[in-house]
Amino acid sequence: MTKYRVNKTKHVDQTKTVSFDFDGKSYHGFEGDTLASALLSNGVHLVGRSFKYHRPRGIMSSGSEEPNAICQINEDTDLTEPNVRATEIELYEGLKASSQNCWPSVNFDIGGINNFISPFIPAGFYYKTFMWPKSFWKKIYEPLIRWSAGLGKSPTKPDPELYDHKHVHCDVLIIGGGISGIIASKIAAKNNLKTILIEDKNILGGSTIFQKNENYKINDKYSGEWIDEEIAELKKLNNLTIKTRTSLAAYHSYNYLLAKENISDHLPLDKKNGGIRQRLWKIRADKVIVATGAIERPLVFNNNDRPGIMLSNSVKKYLDFYGVSCGFKNVIFTNNDSAYETAVSLKEKGISVEMIDIRKKSNSKIVKNAEQLGVKIYWNSTVVNTFGLRKIYSIEIMNLSEDGSNVVGNKIRINCDCLGISGGWTPMVHMHTQSGGKLDFREIDQTFIPNEIDKNHINVGSCNGDFELEEIINNTNKKVKNYLKVSETEFDNTSILNSKELDKRNIWLLPNYISEGKCKSFIDFQNDSTAKDIKLALREGFKSIEHVKRYTTTGMATDQGKLSNMHALGIIADTAGVKMGTLGTTTFRPPFTPLTFGSIVGRSVGNFFDIIRKTSIHKWHIQNKAKFENVGQWKRPWYYPINDEDLHDAVQRESKAARDSAGILDASTLGKIDIQGTDASEFLNRVYTNAWSKLGIGKCRYGLMLNEDGMVYDDGVTTRLGENHYLMTTTTGGAANVLSKLEDYLQTEWPELDVYLTSVTDHYSTASICGPNSKKILKKIFTDKDFSDDAFPHMSYQNGKIDEINCRIMRISFTGELSYEINIESKYGKSLWEKCIEAGKEFKITPYGTETMHLLRAEKGFIIVGQDTDGTMTPIDLQMDWIVSKKKYDFIGKRSLYRSDTIREDRKQLVGLLTDDPNEVLEEGAQIVSDMSKKPIEMIGHVTSSYFSPNLNKSIALAVVKSGKKMSGQKLIVPMENKNINVTVSDSVFLDKENKRINA
Amino acid sequence: MFLINCPYCGERDQSEFSCGGEAHIIRPKQPTELSDDQWAEYLFMRKNIKGVQFERWNHAHGCRKWFNMVRDTSNDKIHAVYKMGEKPPVE
Repeated sequence: MTKYRVNKTKHVDQTKTVSFDFDGKSYHGFEGDTLASALLSNGVHLVGRSFKYHRPRGIMSSGSEEPNAICQINEDTDLTEPNVRATEIELYEGLKASSQNCWPSVNFDIGGINNFISPFIPAGFYYKTFMWPKSFWKKIYEPLIRWSAGLGKSPTKPDPELYDHKHVHCDVLIIGGGISGIIASKIAAKNNLKTILIEDKNILGGSTIFQKNENYKINDKYSGEWIDEEIAELKKLNNLTIKTRTSLAAYHSYNYLLAKENISDHLPLDKKNGGIRQRLWKIRADKVIVATGAIERPLVFNNNDRPGIMLSNSVKKYLDFYGVSCGFKNVIFTNNDSAYETAVSLKEKGISVEMIDIRKKSNSKIVKNAEQLGVKIYWNSTVVNTFGLRKIYSIEIMNLSEDGSNVVGNKIRINCDCLGISGGWTPMVHMHTQSGGKLDFREIDQTFIPNEIDKNHINVGSCNGDFELEEIINNTNKKVKNYLKVSETEFDNTSILNSKELDKRNIWLLPNYISEGKCKSFIDFQNDSTAKDIKLALREGFKSIEHVKRYTTTGMATDQGKLSNMHALGIIADTAGVKMGTLGTTTFRPPFTPLTFGSIVGRSVGNFFDIIRKTSIHKWHIQNKAKFENVGQWKRPWYYPINDEDLHDAVQRESKAARDSAGILDASTLGKIDIQGTDASEFLNRVYTNAWSKLGIGKCRYGLMLNEDGMVYDDGVTTRLGENHYLMTTTTGGAANVLSKLEDYLQTEWPELDVYLTSVTDHYSTASICGPNSKKILKKIFTDKDFSDDAFPHMSYQNGKIDEINCRIMRISFTGELSYEINIESKYGKSLWEKCIEAGKEFKITPYGTETMHLLRAEKGFIIVGQDTDGTMTPIDLQMDWIVSKKKYDFIGKRSLYRSDTIREDRKQLVGLLTDDPNEVLEEGAQIVSDMSKKPIEMIGHVTSSYFSPNLNKSIALAVVKSGKKMSGQKLIVPMENKNINVTVSDSVFLDKENKRINA
Repeated sequence: MFLINCPYCGERDQSEFSCGGEAHIIRPKQPTELSDDQWAEYLFMRKNIKGVQFERWNHAHGCRKWFNMVRDTSNDKIHAVYKMGEKPPVE
């Protein structure tokens, strides 16, 4: 046992030694220790350097509010984790941790020079300094800032750990397993409510659990013993789930909360077994009881940041919970009664302690108790300076003037090795405010407490501003009874002995004989902002707390200002001469403590990142070595390389085959919507730009759908299957949105229409066969069918049968070739496909992918919505005036087609582009200009589709160009990085302008 | 994350719904009779109220029905949900 381990407690098992490394040195702690308590038991206080000035910093607290002791875990591995609070890491065998923000080491840190030049780096230093000369930004300032920015090191490899999500519902969720949370849980669970209690530590009981002395008694037992019994009973309750090591991350509206459960972070490496590391609980609770407790406030005085200066209650916790004395010559500096608990604890164990109290006196029992034990108290005094670089060794104190605004008398020097500080308590109102709750300011102890008007949750215990034992128990009992509508509980007649009072002398910034400019009175320890910085910001004109916060970076570190926000507010209020309650607070945002990315994404990584949709023919594509392309969630064959063909070669071969003989495409992914009802034709009239009433049964028609703003939204072929029955196809990516849009109009604008929509995309597989030999192939499959142009013309459909299986045959074309699409129930998709391949063998039928499909349609100047359009193109811009009905009174988007903006003649319009060098293929997205001499060069359009066409043996492109309609034959330039490409505007139809091939 | 009481399905998580913006904007029956300004008023102009607002919502991953909601945008309190075609509740 080390000399600092002075006390045996039941929370740390001193028979089980755990060895760990810190900054490359080996230490021992025990099972039950945190990294912080184990370091302190070895006398290690110095654990890091501060962010801006690189000042040596020590462990300051014992919980999630820790600003200084943030560590890098397992630094020498690819999976290292930065910014972990030493106060929260449970010690395990083999743990390797190191300090952050110091180079080359925490004891000797080059960046420490910032401490000496700190007068020159005030608040806003970066904003003020790195402004000019402008040319310095890229080469000098930015790299410098990047080098010095950031805390810790990111892992370099993908996270191999497993994370989990769990959705739960409960009647009552209780956040926090301290004394009030335990009381609330017991009442809830005993009244047959499905209850969940979450606690971020590994055990329940909060700070009551290590409170074992005569000053605090419940039902004549030490409060710590009383709570032990309560916890034992709690664990026996059936409808209560207790989750320890689970911290609440976010409290959203309608009682939807996120909590992160740590499952294996505390286990030794060899016991993790590749199980789940963390689980994110997504909880929807009918009722929520917040019992998150309070955080002790530091005091703001000169050099209040040295290693060895700690929160007073943490000194007590290390002693009474972990059995570790943080020093042997302790001084405690306070403005309230609670710090005397620490003094009593130390003194009872025979450890030296002296008190410095800024109050003039106190008559509380606990203070008397301390005096009786022989604790020396310096009343009406303040610390004016501290000494010790890597660990505090002495302090200077002075008396306060009558009103506390100044110091008087002589300095007294006191030697110490640990300085506990207590500025009172701040209720943890984070959860309350995250849920949208407002706060009230309580003058007596300068705290913000929850205002529960209009909220569907309650706050109990010290997070509600109830700091004294009788208040905590009685108010919690009363509030929970009201909230859960319970008439009586076992806590109704609890006898309580309390020894302290809510008596406090609040001075936000303690006075000093040293001038303010020379004092380093830290407010935000992690971001190194001082009282001086706050005052500077006010002098420079910042008034709002939100602005001061951002300018000085107070409260913006990884601890989110848990220790600093109140002091910043207080000092602003004092300096500006306003009441603190009127300033408001900064916004508390989730997460309360940082979450890992892993816990946020859960299982949605790799193949589970998004849904993957495959057609029923997918296996065949894989067997035939297709390369795939993602289209929305679909995997579509991109091209089918033979041997070592690349994309270009494969596409050239595929597209030639499709025009010369026969090609086959898996078109199953196109969206399909089944439309039925007596008003189906009228409905189509309203949603498409062209007319539908006269479309005969068994005929197909291409339609263009606009948004109400007149811009092209989707397109596709719709087939009339019967009098009141249509099958609409949509683009692959647009299917869901189109259905949703159509439903919107049907349900909200035209509820009088008798129309029903059903998505049947997944119901049918589609094989599209094109090319001059496609008819012959179809004849082989459907032997008894007449495929003559008279019997089965272009843009018509017929039912067919393959063996006994019904299918639909549409003679439609997206390639400009003679072309048929066969729809069949999805389960027969692969058989159909194989049948087509078999039948097409003698014609060398060639499967082609999306790339060839794009090329073939581009040769014909057919647009792809989303590639050649971008939500700013009207049908007129696309030179598709022919599809816009002049006769129809109305359709979606019609009125917008003659708004002043949509009839402008200089809109971007779709044209073809031919490169002067037929072998030069333009890049899609490349900008187009007409005049290179006038600077800045005006960009008049861009390339939307571009290919080398093997059928035309030249490069072709589609582009949108301002006033493009009038530019036919005009020369334009496509400037690239290393050359300018000369192009000529052409018609957008490159091949078969007369449409002969469709009936070839 | 709201808990939304779909008028057809009951209480469901917000993730099943999508919001369709301001409610009770009726598509003009005779768009061609409107001036550019009048059409733009329908097409583009939307209120952005801090306070009680009437909204359209769609139970997109559920019954696919559109319905209306009265929501206070300042505190996300949902005061009422009602079916399309039904009259909005009076305060």
